[in-house]
Amino acid sequence: MTAATSLLSLRGVRKEFPGVVALDDVDFEVRPGEVHALLGENGAGKSTLIKVLTGVYPRDGGEMSLGGETLSPQSVGEAQAAGISTVYQEVNLLPNLSVAQNLLLGREPRRFGLTDWKQMNAKARETLKRFRLDIDVTRPLGAFSVAIQQLVAIARGVDQRAKILVLDEPTASLDASEVEVLFDILRDLRTAGLGVVFVTHFLDQVYALSDRITVLRNGRKIGTFETAELPRPKLVEHMLGYELQGTASSHASRGTVTEGNDAALEMDSACVSGSVQEISLAAQSGEAIGLAGLLGSGRTEVCRALFGLDTLSSGRIRRNGRDVHITSPRGAIAKGIALCPEDRKANGIVGELSVRENIALALQARRGWWRPIPAREKRAMAEKAITDFKIATPDADKPVRLLSGGNQQKVILARWLAIAPDVLLLDEPTRGIDVGAHAEILRLIHQLCERGMALIVTSSELEELVAFSHRVIVLRDFRQIAMIEGEDITEDAVLQAIAS
Amino acid sequence: MKQLITLIVSAIAIAGCGSGSSEGGADDQLTVGFSQVGSESGWRTSFTQAVQAEARDRGIDLKFSDAQQKQENQIRAVRSFIAQGVDAIVIAPVVETGWKPVLTEAKRAGIPVVIVDRNMALEDDSLYLTRVASDFVEEGRKAGRWLMEETGGDCDIVELQGTVGATAAIDRMTGFNEVIANYPDAEIVMTQTADFTRARGKEIMETFLRAMDPADICAVWAHNDEMALGAVIAMKEAGIDPGDDILVVSVDAVPDIFKAMADGDTNATVELSPHMGGPAFDAIEAHLRGESVEKLISVNGDLFTQETAAEEYQKRTAG
Amino acid sequence: MTGPKSIISTLQRHGALWPLVALGLIWLVIIIVNPGFFAFTIQDGRVFGGVIDIFNRGAPVALIAIGMSLVIATGGIDLSVGAVMAIAGAVAANLIVGTDLPAPLIILAGLGAGLAAGLLNGTLVAGFGIQPIVATLILLVAGRGVAQLLNDGQIITFQNEAFAFVGVGTLLGLPMPVWLVLFVLAAMLLITRRTALGLFVEAVGANASASHYAGVPVRAIKLTVYAIAGLCAALAGLVATADIQGADANNVGLWIELDAILAVVIGGTSLMGGRYSLVLAVVGALIIQSLNTAVVLSGIPPKFNLVIKSAVIVAVLMLQSPVAQAQLASLRRRFTA
Repeated sequence: MTAATSLLSLRGVRKEFPGVVALDDVDFEVRPGEVHALLGENGAGKSTLIKVLTGVYPRDGGEMSLGGETLSPQSVGEAQAAGISTVYQEVNLLPNLSVAQNLLLGREPRRFGLTDWKQMNAKARETLKRFRLDIDVTRPLGAFSVAIQQLVAIARGVDQRAKILVLDEPTASLDASEVEVLFDILRDLRTAGLGVVFVTHFLDQVYALSDRITVLRNGRKIGTFETAELPRPKLVEHMLGYELQGTASSHASRGTVTEGNDAALEMDSACVSGSVQEISLAAQSGEAIGLAGLLGSGRTEVCRALFGLDTLSSGRIRRNGRDVHITSPRGAIAKGIALCPEDRKANGIVGELSVRENIALALQARRGWWRPIPAREKRAMAEKAITDFKIATPDADKPVRLLSGGNQQKVILARWLAIAPDVLLLDEPTRGIDVGAHAEILRLIHQLCERGMALIVTSSELEELVAFSHRVIVLRDFRQIAMIEGEDITEDAVLQAIAS
Repeated sequence: MKQLITLIVSAIAIAGCGSGSSEGGADDQLTVGFSQVGSESGWRTSFTQAVQAEARDRGIDLKFSDAQQKQENQIRAVRSFIAQGVDAIVIAPVVETGWKPVLTEAKRAGIPVVIVDRNMALEDDSLYLTRVASDFVEEGRKAGRWLMEETGGDCDIVELQGTVGATAAIDRMTGFNEVIANYPDAEIVMTQTADFTRARGKEIMETFLRAMDPADICAVWAHNDEMALGAVIAMKEAGIDPGDDILVVSVDAVPDIFKAMADGDTNATVELSPHMGGPAFDAIEAHLRGESVEKLISVNGDLFTQETAAEEYQKRTAG
Repeated sequence: MTGPKSIISTLQRHGALWPLVALGLIWLVIIIVNPGFFAFTIQDGRVFGGVIDIFNRGAPVALIAIGMSLVIATGGIDLSVGAVMAIAGAVAANLIVGTDLPAPLIILAGLGAGLAAGLLNGTLVAGFGIQPIVATLILLVAGRGVAQLLNDGQIITFQNEAFAFVGVGTLLGLPMPVWLVLFVLAAMLLITRRTALGLFVEAVGANASASHYAGVPVRAIKLTVYAIAGLCAALAGLVATADIQGADANNVGLWIELDAILAVVIGGTSLMGGRYSLVLAVVGALIIQSLNTAVVLSGIPPKFNLVIKSAVIVAVLMLQSPVAQAQLASLRRRFTA
């Protein structure tokens, strides 16, 4: 690529956060008149890259240029002025203002120093015509569907004399026909010479729209590919970091699970309205079930349903062969089911409370408020957990929010093991934690299986999933698409299933 | 509520007949609509009763409406009075503002309006016939004069003020201070607002008693009876004999203060006259006879002391 | 290490330093304007003195602040406490005047009314998910109306020695309201700290979602704290009613919710929920009452009351703010370096 043909060019861009390298020597280039898909699993660095590009974060190294001129935006405003417009997943417009006001906010046509409403509305109608939107621009934006709001947001972005349009998961809230409208518009914009950066989790859409694909993984660029020349399985490989052939690792022998016994936890054709459909799985005691699939495939939703956070619309859940109705986490806990949630900060730790209080919380909740755990017992519990799990904290009184992600995760695991559950659901237990804690948690999963606990674990890391699972359920679009058992569990097999 | 419904029903009935009773003077009986604030205090209740008694004595047909302290109820009542074609309307307004439209309607219908008690903020004084109100300044003066006579003009006074900014508090203070200014040995040694409430009256008095030697206090001057009653409790708890060790004078003349006076706990109260009905009806009758009427009529209450307290208490609680 | 330095650092760790300093400063001002105020005297077996007056007068706010602390710790707020005071007072006064029930039963009836009000608030917040400020606003408006209705718009006065004891009685030389504050404080400390209720309240306030995931009965906890707040408000209402031997539905507890919230905030509890301190909330109530007393004693014209009060409170809150604390810390470092 010569510099002349590239509109936007990033060279060796680096971004560090305390303790983490979020972007490591990343090159990225967008040509005029192309739709460039930016792909990668969570934590790959997509959103950091976009934030560096749009002036939210300053970069720590490397160069950026737009249309041949050096680009160092210090703020979102500067990036916009330079010609980079961004539309985020959540519409960040003002629902109380009219469509026209939203479109032209900050650059309203003026007459004698006052807003010229007539001209503003006319201008807004004109703009929206390009987007095949014929709506009443004087009505408040909030009165329209999310799809239309999204289109208005895009229209606003494009209207600002943009050279580059960055779309961060714009289709997450749109239905199929709305996506079609959006894509038609994006194709128009492409024809008009705009460079579009497109972030999504939907691979179908990548193939339907994009010209080229750049894949990031763990803050590094894996490569840039012509979409037409990159088969889908290959793309998934790049995203997840495994090759289909050659590396099939052999595993420690899996203990054969006695068949015929009632499963510790079983899901039978379970559906949740608006969420997972027709999921059937069974976890025997001493068995780890892996839930595989890309982000948004329904892994978390299966855990939610099993833990009583979502209610089944049909199908059933059985514990030891008996039908159970689980309608709340309290109900699940009472039946010996525990969940380490995916979003540790929002749903896991109680940040302000101490390490000790966090560890004691679930046990205390099960005992009830009138039967407090004696202080000495609580202290002993915390001390034991800190030693057993190697939790790095100066003392048990420290507020848990001051601990690192890995140590917070260990605190939550300690919280659940204190109530000795029969079934433990682990939703992305190793995400965003350091290598040491990672190994600890994997070792723990093995131990718990040996002790006879039934585990259901989701993970984006196929290698670890394959390493500890007795059975892998592969999900896509909220449906179960494959089940891989025993010796058939290899990274290849799982990848094939995900990409098929 | 029931009254309101009755009013509305009768209003419809009259409209249906197509002839108003206000036309001409076919019958001699005067019909007057009276919109009262509500019944939020003992004084308000006696005010209502006084007006009703006065109307009964004069043979006036009084249509009474309780607004339950809401202006919209009052406006609705006034409209209903207009629809019924009453001869005159008496309003004790809840608030000062927002009266122009409905009073204009009354004026157009040719019905005179008398404002009693609280004021209305009106630029155009042709919208009402007259206003009958208590003279708060005079009440303060009366209290002051009594105290100066009683003590020979030598008295260290603690004052319990009404709510900061209230007309009644400002005017009563003005009148009282005006009188004691003539007596060099009379002085207000401590003053504080007690918000017209019994609880705050007690609390502030307690602090006064702690702040200075009770033996140095000659009298308590309270802008209303409620605060005086609170101060009485505070003094009793501190082992002081109110009404004897420390004199107590206040304004309003609510039933409870007569009991306190009869028991010797307080010494005097100036009546905030509830008898505003008489002057209001006088003005209406004069107007209907074609005479001109002053735009402000002040009513003055009497000062009551312990001598008549027991008797007054009987009288006021019996009815 | 023992000695003054370690005491100060202990107080600081519990966030108690600045509230106590503020209280001390206000008392110092009182001593300057009126040196005799704090003198203790014993008369008729009752101890008299400025400190006791402040404690006695501050009792309703202190009682309500105790309940309010727990509500605020769960991330909620209760605006209805003043109206609940009025209801409890009206219920008690009407029963005294209209029936021959013994005083203890009348007190129980008043408390029952408060409990019912608290449960109503709690149901709206925990059961229907209405925002606390909106849910309790309903009773703030309607509650006083109910009390006025019970009283038929009048102040109901009564003579009942046994009931009046709640407000004006003396036990072992101290006024009854002071004992009630101490009793409720001790009882609530016992209930929240000797059981797991305090932990659950803080967990719900700090992260309701994570608490729900951990199996904490979030709704029941919320219901409980509003019920406790209702009980505390009712008790405060009974004290205020007994104090003047009359139920004044129009005025009792008017605006007291704001004083109580302020007391809790001065005590260092965040309106966002989480960690709370009942003791410091009571200290906050004492600060507010001391300020009221100081203003009266100073002889400043009443129209300046609110201005002075708010200026002092703003100063206290600013001293407690994270920004000011950081500044002070850096000053201290420079000073010691």
